[in-house]
Amino acid sequence: MGFADFFRKKTSSNVAKDRLKLVLVSDRAGCSPEIMEQMKNDIIAVISKYVEIDLEGLDIKITQEPDGNNGTVPALFANIPIKEMRSKK
Amino acid sequence: MGEVIVITSGKGGVGKTTTTANVGTGLAKLDKKVVLIDTDIGLRNLDVVMGLENRIVYNLVDVIEGNCRIKQALIKDKRYPNLYLLPSAQTRDKTAVNPEQMKKLCEELRDEFDYILMDCPAGIEQGFKNAIAGADRALVVTTPEVSAVRDADRIIGLLEANEIKQTHLIVNRLRMDMVKRGDMMSSDDVVEILAVDLIGIVPDDEHIVVSTNQGEPLVGDDSLAGKAYLNICKRIMGEEIPFLDLNGRMGLFKKLSSIFKKN
Repeated sequence: MGFADFFRKKTSSNVAKDRLKLVLVSDRAGCSPEIMEQMKNDIIAVISKYVEIDLEGLDIKITQEPDGNNGTVPALFANIPIKEMRSKK
Repeated sequence: MGEVIVITSGKGGVGKTTTTANVGTGLAKLDKKVVLIDTDIGLRNLDVVMGLENRIVYNLVDVIEGNCRIKQALIKDKRYPNLYLLPSAQTRDKTAVNPEQMKKLCEELRDEFDYILMDCPAGIEQGFKNAIAGADRALVVTTPEVSAVRDADRIIGLLEANEIKQTHLIVNRLRMDMVKRGDMMSSDDVVEILAVDLIGIVPDDEHIVVSTNQGEPLVGDDSLAGKAYLNICKRIMGEEIPFLDLNGRMGLFKKLSSIFKKN
Protein backbone atom coordinates (compact mmCIF):
# COMPACT_ATOMS: atom_id res chain seq x y z
CA MET A 1 0.00 0.00 0.00
CA GLY A 2 1.40 3.38 -1.00
CA PHE A 3 1.56 6.41 1.22
CA ALA A 4 -1.35 8.08 -0.58
CA ASP A 5 -3.52 4.98 -0.32
CA PHE A 6 -3.16 5.09 3.42
CA PHE A 7 -5.30 8.20 3.63
CA ARG A 8 -7.74 7.18 0.93
CA LYS A 9 -10.59 5.38 2.61
CA LYS A 10 -11.10 1.99 1.02
CA THR A 11 -14.81 2.19 0.30
CA SER A 12 -16.66 -0.75 -1.19
CA SER A 13 -17.05 1.13 -4.48
CA ASN A 14 -13.26 1.51 -4.67
CA VAL A 15 -12.91 -2.20 -3.99
CA ALA A 16 -15.38 -2.92 -6.80
CA LYS A 17 -13.50 -0.66 -9.20
CA ASP A 18 -10.12 -2.20 -8.44
CA ARG A 19 -11.43 -5.75 -8.74
CA LEU A 20 -13.15 -4.94 -12.03
CA LYS A 21 -10.04 -3.38 -13.52
CA LEU A 22 -8.04 -6.49 -12.71
CA VAL A 23 -10.56 -8.99 -13.99
CA LEU A 24 -11.16 -7.03 -17.21
CA VAL A 25 -7.48 -7.13 -18.08
CA SER A 26 -7.53 -10.91 -18.37
CA ASP A 27 -11.05 -10.86 -19.91
CA ARG A 28 -9.96 -8.47 -22.65
CA ALA A 29 -6.79 -10.38 -23.39
CA GLY A 30 -8.93 -13.52 -23.79
CA CYS A 31 -6.38 -15.23 -21.59
CA SER A 32 -7.61 -17.75 -19.02
CA PRO A 33 -5.59 -18.42 -15.87
CA GLU A 34 -4.71 -21.88 -17.24
CA ILE A 35 -3.26 -20.47 -20.46
CA MET A 36 -1.42 -17.85 -18.43
CA GLU A 37 0.10 -20.60 -16.29
CA GLN A 38 1.19 -22.59 -19.37
CA MET A 39 2.72 -19.52 -20.95
CA LYS A 40 4.55 -18.73 -17.72
CA ASN A 41 5.99 -22.23 -17.53
CA ASP A 42 7.13 -22.11 -21.17
CA ILE A 43 8.82 -18.74 -20.64
CA ILE A 44 10.59 -20.07 -17.55
CA ALA A 45 11.74 -23.14 -19.46
CA VAL A 46 13.23 -21.11 -22.31
CA ILE A 47 14.98 -18.56 -20.13
CA SER A 48 16.30 -21.22 -17.77
CA LYS A 49 18.38 -22.60 -20.66
CA TYR A 50 20.52 -19.47 -20.49
CA VAL A 51 20.26 -18.08 -16.97
CA GLU A 52 19.26 -19.27 -13.55
CA ILE A 53 16.15 -17.37 -12.47
CA ASP A 54 14.66 -16.59 -9.12
CA LEU A 55 11.28 -18.33 -9.18
CA GLU A 56 10.22 -16.66 -5.95
CA GLY A 57 10.50 -13.14 -7.31
CA LEU A 58 9.02 -13.99 -10.70
CA ASP A 59 6.13 -11.82 -11.92
CA ILE A 60 4.48 -12.41 -15.28
CA LYS A 61 1.13 -10.81 -16.09
CA ILE A 62 -0.93 -9.14 -18.78
CA THR A 63 -1.48 -5.43 -18.28
CA GLN A 64 -3.04 -2.59 -20.26
CA GLU A 65 -0.66 -0.08 -21.82
CA PRO A 66 -1.75 3.21 -23.44
CA ASP A 67 -1.63 2.90 -27.22
CA GLY A 68 -0.97 6.62 -27.70
CA ASN A 69 -4.45 7.06 -29.12
CA ASN A 70 -6.53 7.40 -25.95
CA GLY A 71 -7.07 3.66 -25.90
CA THR A 72 -5.18 0.80 -24.38
CA VAL A 73 -3.58 -2.35 -25.72
CA PRO A 74 -2.78 -5.48 -23.76
CA ALA A 75 0.90 -5.97 -22.97
CA LEU A 76 2.78 -8.90 -21.51
CA PHE A 77 4.65 -7.70 -18.47
CA ALA A 78 7.42 -9.92 -17.15
CA ASN A 79 9.72 -9.18 -14.26
CA ILE A 80 12.19 -12.07 -14.00
CA PRO A 81 15.01 -11.70 -11.49
CA ILE A 82 18.22 -13.49 -12.51
CA LYS A 83 20.14 -15.36 -9.85
CA GLU A 84 23.15 -16.21 -11.92
CA MET A 85 24.21 -16.21 -15.55
CA ARG A 86 24.86 -19.68 -16.84
CA SER A 87 28.18 -18.83 -18.40
CA LYS A 88 29.64 -21.36 -20.76
CA LYS A 89 32.77 -22.87 -19.32
CA MET B 1 -33.36 6.40 -44.15
CA GLY B 2 -34.02 5.15 -40.64
CA GLU B 3 -31.45 4.22 -38.07
CA VAL B 4 -31.28 0.77 -36.46
CA ILE B 5 -30.32 0.86 -32.76
CA VAL B 6 -29.78 -2.26 -30.67
CA ILE B 7 -30.26 -2.08 -26.90
CA THR B 8 -28.07 -4.68 -25.26
CA SER B 9 -26.25 -5.48 -22.01
CA GLY B 10 -24.92 -9.01 -21.75
CA LYS B 11 -26.24 -9.51 -18.24
CA GLY B 12 -29.95 -10.01 -17.73
CA GLY B 13 -32.16 -7.89 -15.55
CA VAL B 14 -30.29 -4.60 -15.88
CA GLY B 15 -33.13 -2.84 -17.71
CA LYS B 16 -32.82 -3.46 -21.46
CA THR B 17 -36.54 -3.87 -22.03
CA THR B 18 -37.48 -0.91 -19.81
CA THR B 19 -34.92 1.18 -21.67
CA THR B 20 -36.20 0.07 -25.07
CA ALA B 21 -39.80 0.87 -24.09
CA ASN B 22 -38.96 4.30 -22.71
CA VAL B 23 -36.48 5.39 -25.35
CA GLY B 24 -38.83 4.19 -28.11
CA THR B 25 -41.83 5.95 -26.61
CA GLY B 26 -39.74 9.08 -26.01
CA LEU B 27 -38.58 9.22 -29.63
CA ALA B 28 -42.20 8.85 -30.73
CA LYS B 29 -43.16 11.71 -28.39
CA LEU B 30 -40.52 13.77 -30.14
CA ASP B 31 -42.41 13.16 -33.40
CA LYS B 32 -40.23 10.41 -34.81
CA LYS B 33 -41.68 7.34 -36.45
CA VAL B 34 -40.48 4.42 -34.35
CA VAL B 35 -40.76 0.64 -34.38
CA LEU B 36 -39.69 -1.51 -31.41
CA ILE B 37 -38.66 -5.08 -32.14
CA ASP B 38 -38.56 -7.65 -29.34
CA THR B 39 -35.82 -10.06 -30.47
CA ASP B 40 -35.95 -12.21 -27.34
CA ILE B 41 -37.65 -15.16 -29.00
CA GLY B 42 -39.23 -17.52 -26.48
CA LEU B 43 -39.22 -14.97 -23.65
CA ARG B 44 -41.61 -12.27 -24.77
CA ASN B 45 -41.50 -9.18 -22.52
CA LEU B 46 -41.53 -5.89 -24.37
CA ASP B 47 -45.26 -6.23 -25.12
CA VAL B 48 -46.26 -6.27 -21.43
CA VAL B 49 -43.91 -3.43 -20.53
CA MET B 50 -45.51 -1.41 -23.35
CA GLY B 51 -49.01 -2.48 -22.30
CA LEU B 52 -49.75 -3.97 -25.72
CA GLU B 53 -49.93 -7.66 -24.78
CA ASN B 54 -53.61 -8.05 -25.62
CA ARG B 55 -53.25 -6.99 -29.19
CA ILE B 56 -50.76 -9.48 -30.58
CA VAL B 57 -51.86 -11.41 -33.64
CA TYR B 58 -48.64 -12.14 -35.51
CA ASN B 59 -45.02 -12.02 -34.32
CA LEU B 60 -41.42 -11.68 -35.44
CA VAL B 61 -41.08 -15.33 -36.46
CA ASP B 62 -44.31 -15.11 -38.52
CA VAL B 63 -42.80 -12.18 -40.42
CA ILE B 64 -39.46 -13.93 -40.96
CA GLU B 65 -41.13 -17.14 -42.11
CA GLY B 66 -43.48 -15.26 -44.42
CA ASN B 67 -46.70 -16.27 -42.67
CA CYS B 68 -47.79 -12.64 -42.80
CA ARG B 69 -46.69 -9.28 -44.15
CA ILE B 70 -44.69 -6.95 -41.87
CA LYS B 71 -47.59 -4.47 -41.73
CA GLN B 72 -49.93 -7.15 -40.38
CA ALA B 73 -47.61 -8.00 -37.51
CA LEU B 74 -46.88 -4.43 -36.39
CA ILE B 75 -48.98 -3.34 -33.40
CA LYS B 76 -49.85 0.32 -33.48
CA ASP B 77 -49.64 2.05 -30.11
CA LYS B 78 -52.92 3.86 -29.42
CA ARG B 79 -51.26 6.56 -27.32
CA TYR B 80 -48.72 7.56 -29.97
CA PRO B 81 -49.78 7.26 -33.60
CA ASN B 82 -46.19 6.94 -34.89
CA LEU B 83 -45.11 4.17 -32.49
CA TYR B 84 -45.22 0.46 -33.44
CA LEU B 85 -44.22 -2.82 -31.82
CA LEU B 86 -43.14 -6.04 -33.47
CA PRO B 87 -43.52 -8.65 -30.69
CA SER B 88 -41.40 -11.76 -30.41
CA ALA B 89 -42.73 -15.31 -30.60
CA GLN B 90 -43.47 -17.06 -27.33
CA THR B 91 -43.57 -20.64 -28.52
CA ARG B 92 -40.37 -20.79 -30.56
CA ASP B 93 -36.67 -20.39 -29.74
CA LYS B 94 -33.69 -18.37 -30.93
CA THR B 95 -32.84 -20.81 -33.72
CA ALA B 96 -36.07 -19.88 -35.57
CA VAL B 97 -34.29 -16.80 -36.93
CA ASN B 98 -30.80 -16.15 -38.31
CA PRO B 99 -28.73 -12.94 -38.59
CA GLU B 100 -29.18 -12.70 -42.39
CA GLN B 101 -32.96 -12.68 -42.03
CA MET B 102 -32.78 -10.02 -39.32
CA LYS B 103 -30.57 -7.86 -41.51
CA LYS B 104 -33.09 -8.12 -44.33
CA LEU B 105 -35.96 -7.20 -42.01
CA CYS B 106 -34.07 -4.11 -40.78
CA GLU B 107 -33.42 -3.01 -44.35
CA GLU B 108 -37.12 -3.26 -45.18
CA LEU B 109 -38.13 -1.25 -42.11
CA ARG B 110 -35.56 1.49 -42.73
CA ASP B 111 -37.60 3.10 -45.51
CA GLU B 112 -40.68 3.35 -43.36
CA PHE B 113 -39.32 4.39 -39.94
CA ASP B 114 -36.94 6.97 -38.45
CA TYR B 115 -35.79 4.66 -35.68
CA ILE B 116 -35.83 0.87 -35.43
CA LEU B 117 -35.05 -0.23 -31.85
CA MET B 118 -34.02 -3.83 -31.21
CA ASP B 119 -34.53 -5.15 -27.69
CA CYS B 120 -31.72 -7.70 -27.38
CA PRO B 121 -31.93 -10.82 -25.20
CA ALA B 122 -29.38 -11.36 -22.42
CA GLY B 123 -26.33 -13.43 -23.29
CA ILE B 124 -23.90 -13.49 -26.20
CA GLU B 125 -25.30 -16.40 -28.19
CA GLN B 126 -27.56 -16.63 -31.23
CA GLY B 127 -30.19 -14.22 -29.89
CA PHE B 128 -27.54 -11.52 -29.43
CA LYS B 129 -26.11 -12.18 -32.89
CA ASN B 130 -29.59 -11.88 -34.41
CA ALA B 131 -30.31 -8.63 -32.60
CA ILE B 132 -27.09 -6.86 -33.62
CA ALA B 133 -27.02 -8.15 -37.21
CA GLY B 134 -28.71 -5.17 -38.81
CA ALA B 135 -27.76 -2.51 -36.26
CA ASP B 136 -25.99 0.78 -37.03
CA ARG B 137 -25.42 1.70 -33.43
CA ALA B 138 -25.79 0.26 -29.96
CA LEU B 139 -26.91 1.37 -26.53
CA VAL B 140 -25.23 -0.73 -23.87
CA VAL B 141 -27.18 -0.76 -20.61
CA THR B 142 -25.40 -1.51 -17.35
CA THR B 143 -25.97 -1.04 -13.64
CA PRO B 144 -23.10 0.05 -11.36
CA GLU B 145 -22.41 -3.53 -10.22
CA VAL B 146 -19.31 -5.61 -10.90
CA SER B 147 -21.21 -8.39 -12.68
CA ALA B 148 -23.12 -6.05 -15.01
CA VAL B 149 -20.05 -3.94 -15.81
CA ARG B 150 -17.95 -7.00 -16.57
CA ASP B 151 -20.59 -8.32 -18.97
CA ALA B 152 -20.97 -4.88 -20.53
CA ASP B 153 -17.23 -4.86 -21.27
CA ARG B 154 -17.54 -8.20 -23.04
CA ILE B 155 -20.51 -6.93 -25.05
CA ILE B 156 -18.65 -3.75 -26.06
CA GLY B 157 -15.79 -5.92 -27.34
CA LEU B 158 -18.20 -8.05 -29.36
CA LEU B 159 -19.95 -4.98 -30.81
CA GLU B 160 -16.57 -3.64 -31.94
CA ALA B 161 -15.67 -6.99 -33.46
CA ASN B 162 -18.96 -6.92 -35.38
CA GLU B 163 -18.24 -3.43 -36.66
CA ILE B 164 -21.10 -1.60 -35.00
CA LYS B 165 -20.06 1.96 -35.71
CA GLN B 166 -21.28 3.73 -32.58
CA THR B 167 -21.62 2.38 -29.06
CA HIS B 168 -23.02 4.42 -26.19
CA LEU B 169 -23.42 3.59 -22.54
CA ILE B 170 -26.45 3.95 -20.27
CA VAL B 171 -25.78 3.63 -16.55
CA ASN B 172 -29.04 2.44 -15.08
CA ARG B 173 -30.39 2.24 -11.53
CA LEU B 174 -27.86 4.60 -10.02
CA ARG B 175 -28.44 5.40 -6.35
CA MET B 176 -26.87 8.73 -5.49
CA ASP B 177 -27.17 8.17 -1.75
CA MET B 178 -25.05 5.01 -2.05
CA VAL B 179 -22.58 6.68 -4.42
CA LYS B 180 -22.07 9.46 -1.88
CA ARG B 181 -21.44 6.93 0.88
CA GLY B 182 -18.87 5.24 -1.33
CA ASP B 183 -20.93 2.08 -1.52
CA MET B 184 -21.77 2.23 -5.21
CA MET B 185 -19.61 2.99 -8.23
CA SER B 186 -20.49 6.32 -9.79
CA SER B 187 -21.31 6.75 -13.48
CA ASP B 188 -17.83 8.29 -13.85
CA ASP B 189 -16.28 5.15 -12.38
CA VAL B 190 -18.18 2.96 -14.82
CA VAL B 191 -17.28 5.16 -17.79
CA GLU B 192 -13.62 5.13 -16.76
CA ILE B 193 -13.58 1.33 -16.63
CA LEU B 194 -15.48 0.72 -19.86
CA ALA B 195 -14.01 3.62 -21.86
CA VAL B 196 -17.10 4.30 -23.99
CA ASP B 197 -19.16 7.47 -24.37
CA LEU B 198 -21.97 7.96 -21.89
CA ILE B 199 -25.40 8.81 -23.31
CA GLY B 200 -27.50 8.60 -20.17
CA ILE B 201 -27.66 8.12 -16.42
CA VAL B 202 -30.95 6.76 -15.12
CA PRO B 203 -31.51 6.88 -11.36
CA ASP B 204 -33.03 4.01 -9.45
CA ASP B 205 -36.62 5.20 -9.31
CA GLU B 206 -39.74 3.58 -7.83
CA HIS B 207 -41.80 5.21 -10.57
CA ILE B 208 -40.30 2.70 -13.02
CA VAL B 209 -41.88 -0.19 -11.13
CA VAL B 210 -45.25 1.57 -11.09
CA SER B 211 -45.05 2.41 -14.79
CA THR B 212 -44.15 -1.19 -15.66
CA ASN B 213 -47.07 -2.41 -13.52
CA GLN B 214 -49.37 -0.23 -15.57
CA GLY B 215 -47.79 -0.93 -18.94
CA GLU B 216 -47.18 2.74 -19.60
CA PRO B 217 -43.63 3.96 -20.19
CA LEU B 218 -42.93 6.99 -17.98
CA VAL B 219 -40.56 8.81 -20.36
CA GLY B 220 -41.14 12.54 -20.34
CA ASP B 221 -43.06 12.73 -17.05
CA ASP B 222 -41.94 14.60 -13.94
CA SER B 223 -40.09 11.71 -12.33
CA LEU B 224 -36.28 11.73 -12.40
CA ALA B 225 -36.22 8.55 -14.50
CA GLY B 226 -38.80 10.05 -16.88
CA LYS B 227 -36.60 13.09 -17.40
CA ALA B 228 -33.46 11.00 -17.76
CA TYR B 229 -35.05 8.87 -20.49
CA LEU B 230 -36.30 11.88 -22.43
CA ASN B 231 -32.80 13.37 -22.29
CA ILE B 232 -31.40 10.12 -23.71
CA CYS B 233 -33.86 10.38 -26.62
CA LYS B 234 -32.77 13.92 -27.38
CA ARG B 235 -29.11 12.91 -27.26
CA ILE B 236 -29.84 10.05 -29.66
CA MET B 237 -31.27 12.65 -32.03
CA GLY B 238 -28.02 14.59 -31.77
CA GLU B 239 -28.92 17.30 -29.29
CA GLU B 240 -26.43 18.23 -26.61
CA ILE B 241 -28.20 17.97 -23.27
CA PRO B 242 -26.36 18.28 -19.94
CA PHE B 243 -26.67 15.33 -17.57
CA LEU B 244 -29.32 15.60 -14.85
CA ASP B 245 -28.42 16.62 -11.36
CA LEU B 246 -29.35 13.39 -9.63
CA ASN B 247 -28.94 14.71 -6.15
CA GLY B 248 -32.68 14.71 -6.10
CA ARG B 249 -35.43 17.23 -5.96
CA MET B 250 -34.58 19.04 -2.79
CA GLY B 251 -37.20 20.56 -0.56
CA LEU B 252 -36.97 24.25 0.22
CA PHE B 253 -35.49 23.63 3.64
CA LYS B 254 -32.83 21.29 2.31
CA LYS B 255 -32.00 23.77 -0.46
CA LEU B 256 -31.56 26.57 2.06
CA SER B 257 -29.46 24.50 4.38
CA SER B 258 -27.24 23.37 1.51
CA ILE B 259 -26.64 27.02 0.59
CA PHE B 260 -25.57 27.73 4.15
CA LYS B 261 -23.33 24.69 4.21
CA LYS B 262 -21.46 25.93 1.15
CA ASN B 263 -20.60 29.24 2.79
